[in-house]
Amino acid sequence: MNLSLLILIPLVAAIIVLLSRNAQQVKWISLLASVAQLGLSLFLLSAFMGERANGNVSQMLFEQRYSWFAPLNIEYYIGVDGISISMILLTAFVVLAGVLVSWNVEKMTKEFYFLLLLLSLGAYGFFISLDLFTLFFFLEIAVIPKYLLIGIWGSGNKEYSANKLALMLMGGSALVLVGLFAIYFMSGIHSFDMVKLSQVHIAIEVQKIFFPMLFVGFGVFTAIFPFHTWVPDGHSSAPTAGSMFLAGISMKLGGYGCMRVATYLMPEAAKEYAPIIVILAAIAILYGAFATMMQKDLKYINAYSSVSHCGFVLLGIGMLTKTSIEGAVMQMVSHGLMTALFFAVIGMIYERTHTRKVEELGGLLKIMPFVCSVLFIVGLCSLGLPGFSGFVAEMTVFMGSWQNPEMFYRVATIAACMSIVVTAVYILRAVGKTAMGPITNQHFLELKDAAWNERLAAIILVLGIVAIGIAPFWLSDLVSPGAELIMSRIPTVIIN
Amino acid sequence: MNELLLMKSELVVTAIIFILLFIKINDITSNETVLKIINALLVLNVGAGFCCMDVTGELFSGMFKTNVLIAFEKNMLNIGTLLISLLSYEWLKNHRHLPEFFVLLLSSLLGMFFMISSGNFLIFYLGLELSTIPIAALCNFDLEKKQSSEAAMKMIMSSAFSSGILLFGISMMYGTTGTLSFAELPQYLDGSPLQVFSFILLFTGFAFKLSVVPFHLWTADVYEGSPVAVTSFLSVISKGSIIFIFLTTLYNAFAPMAEVWYNLIFLLSVLTMVIGNLFALRQQNMKRFLAFSSIAQVGFILIGISGGGQNGISSSVYFVLIYIFSNLGAFGAVQLISSFSGKETIDSYKGLYQTNPLLSWVLTISLFSLAGIPPTAGFFGKFFLLSSGAEKGNYILITIAALNMIVSLYYYLRVVRAIFMDKNEQPIASIKGSIYEKAGLLICVIGIIAVGLYSHFYEYIYSLSIF
Repeated sequence: MNLSLLILIPLVAAIIVLLSRNAQQVKWISLLASVAQLGLSLFLLSAFMGERANGNVSQMLFEQRYSWFAPLNIEYYIGVDGISISMILLTAFVVLAGVLVSWNVEKMTKEFYFLLLLLSLGAYGFFISLDLFTLFFFLEIAVIPKYLLIGIWGSGNKEYSANKLALMLMGGSALVLVGLFAIYFMSGIHSFDMVKLSQVHIAIEVQKIFFPMLFVGFGVFTAIFPFHTWVPDGHSSAPTAGSMFLAGISMKLGGYGCMRVATYLMPEAAKEYAPIIVILAAIAILYGAFATMMQKDLKYINAYSSVSHCGFVLLGIGMLTKTSIEGAVMQMVSHGLMTALFFAVIGMIYERTHTRKVEELGGLLKIMPFVCSVLFIVGLCSLGLPGFSGFVAEMTVFMGSWQNPEMFYRVATIAACMSIVVTAVYILRAVGKTAMGPITNQHFLELKDAAWNERLAAIILVLGIVAIGIAPFWLSDLVSPGAELIMSRIPTVIIN
Repeated sequence: MNELLLMKSELVVTAIIFILLFIKINDITSNETVLKIINALLVLNVGAGFCCMDVTGELFSGMFKTNVLIAFEKNMLNIGTLLISLLSYEWLKNHRHLPEFFVLLLSSLLGMFFMISSGNFLIFYLGLELSTIPIAALCNFDLEKKQSSEAAMKMIMSSAFSSGILLFGISMMYGTTGTLSFAELPQYLDGSPLQVFSFILLFTGFAFKLSVVPFHLWTADVYEGSPVAVTSFLSVISKGSIIFIFLTTLYNAFAPMAEVWYNLIFLLSVLTMVIGNLFALRQQNMKRFLAFSSIAQVGFILIGISGGGQNGISSSVYFVLIYIFSNLGAFGAVQLISSFSGKETIDSYKGLYQTNPLLSWVLTISLFSLAGIPPTAGFFGKFFLLSSGAEKGNYILITIAALNMIVSLYYYLRVVRAIFMDKNEQPIASIKGSIYEKAGLLICVIGIIAVGLYSHFYEYIYSLSIF
């Protein structure tokens, strides 16, 4: 299995898209590329499981390395383990759905798809990189397309949102950059190789200074508490596919980085700062949930609830037990699929009714049965109904958190649990008002239900959600060796 | 024969200058033919630079020296000059004094060559003056514009002043050490207060030429008033050459005074980045905007210079190479727009993408490279500059620099936003550039993409960067 294909396919597709002159052609090429990527990811999954079943226990599989900037020991070094594969799968699902949902984009179609492909290229590259330089390179590649996507095709106060997003994310990556240099020079081996770095010890004083930089830097991407403000603005202004990518993929870059780079390479500091992370995560969870209650715009509702849901990712990382880290990864996958679907549905509703205000909507179930059914599914998933991925993921995080026996962590867990009630309130209220009740606007009666591309996109994402919800074991089996590896670096493991 | 080869870059440029003088005297052909000849000669000049690059040696008892790194630096300047000539085609085509323009431009280039190759403060000063005085004349080349004369006046005043300071420093240095040779100087340096003082004077001279804050005040006015071709020459080629000789003097002649200049550069680097960025935030005129952004870029290069060692030198030289392509790409686009529509403000760029998609992409890629966004070369350049700062353990400096990158991104995005997002009733009309401009911009874009992603360039420069 050649991992580089995961980067090459979007790259080639992006170049072809840029050169072609026909909008129809552009769409089909993008669709073809994203289907190919999904196929490739599924193949990767089966190949990976096959290797593991054959007893291949090496930390990373399908590795490739080429020297890139030899004087600085920089390599193009890629490989995957279970955690990266689950992220790649998530990316493939969301990208395919995003391409399908944007089938009707008429303004600068070519550029739109080019940027979508570029963004997905950054995400794939990020998740397979084992060299910190390559990782950072792809992380930054994924930022600017978002700026343009929001700024050109967005709605509302789009220039402001686009600027805010780009600058905050760049601020995050600036902190990451400094942290990476510290790892490179202070580890004493002058290497960006993550596997090698995980075998050396970085002095605790260094960790204490630079762990917060790395964690907060990546944390900005995943909406860590005081730096979450780009999320509502960015999501609400972005075009549908932009929001899907942003919430579904881009926020996961941060969670993955927090886990894979910050916690894994600086374990002592992670332990040291765990209480602060947990407090911030709990604040994000509760604050996000309560803030959602006050929102009147469907996109804002989903954006703030994303802050709350991504808080679970950080909570899982901060709790530092094997199960909680596993839960964090599962929550990333689950939230990615769910929120992408949510944004897709909101996009479908907005495209038809031209409003996202909950109070102006009503009774859509009778008019658009398919769209509203999907809205129900995603709502129920979001509030954690068993059978969908949300329940599995949040449950795992809570279980893992509870395993941490200290009083402080237990209290934080209980506080975080309470958000579930709030979630139920806002989800049921929004979904109920939108889909049921009297039809608020006679003009709605003429609206059509979802078209083929929208149906397909929704079905793909629902499949993902249900697959995790009904059979969570394959995902947890996939993730758990990686989580164990991260835990093995944490000093004085608290509990299994 | 070997002696001649040592000076081959200088000789070729001198020969071209003579050919141009001959053309001028006889006044034989139209401007367009002359431009064809000149561009052909400049291509030859670049080609000649790349043959026999590995000739190393000294002339005039160490006054003039060359090695592979120096030859490579000269090639970079040659390429930059060729690009400027290509990109200014539209403006030069109708200029009354075309041959003079190139005679002055190439004289300045010749001065830079001597300056880079110098092994002695005397020839260094000679080269510096030869490179500066023609530029002051060039600043005045927009003959109808009052601003252009003003720029020339400011340029000559400020450069005379800074040369004076520099010369004062050199003379005091000679007074305390009794030598002017870079090679002999280190053994006489003992860090006495007078030596430190004279070093600071020398340093100030350099800082003036590099427009390092607080010696940057002349930059914006001169850049705005001069023709774009001259502005780009000033901000790219001239700065590049000063950086090269700055590296040589610091690491050869003043190596024993490392702790003095290290702290100085640290301070000035922070000041330059911050102030350059803050001023760039509010500019409306594209030339002024690029002027302040280039001040901020120099702040970044100073990190590499302060970093020291092979890493610091190579990352600085590498960044200059990237800077040539990125900044000339940006200036090229600005030049093209300015000479077709006369518009130079950011507001007038609104809606540019609707009418000139390709040119918009070129400008955007160049700006992204200046901002340090991957996959453009600027990302790699900045990464290596910061890494050389980190190698020195100076994490405060690189944190400040990394945060400055956000500020700079903000103002680069202002232009991108105007191009792609803002609506405009009357966008700039579609521009049909000639083949020369297209070729120039194409080279810039290829450079921006290839110099970064293709790691061979950096590895090559790294292997040369040994003093």
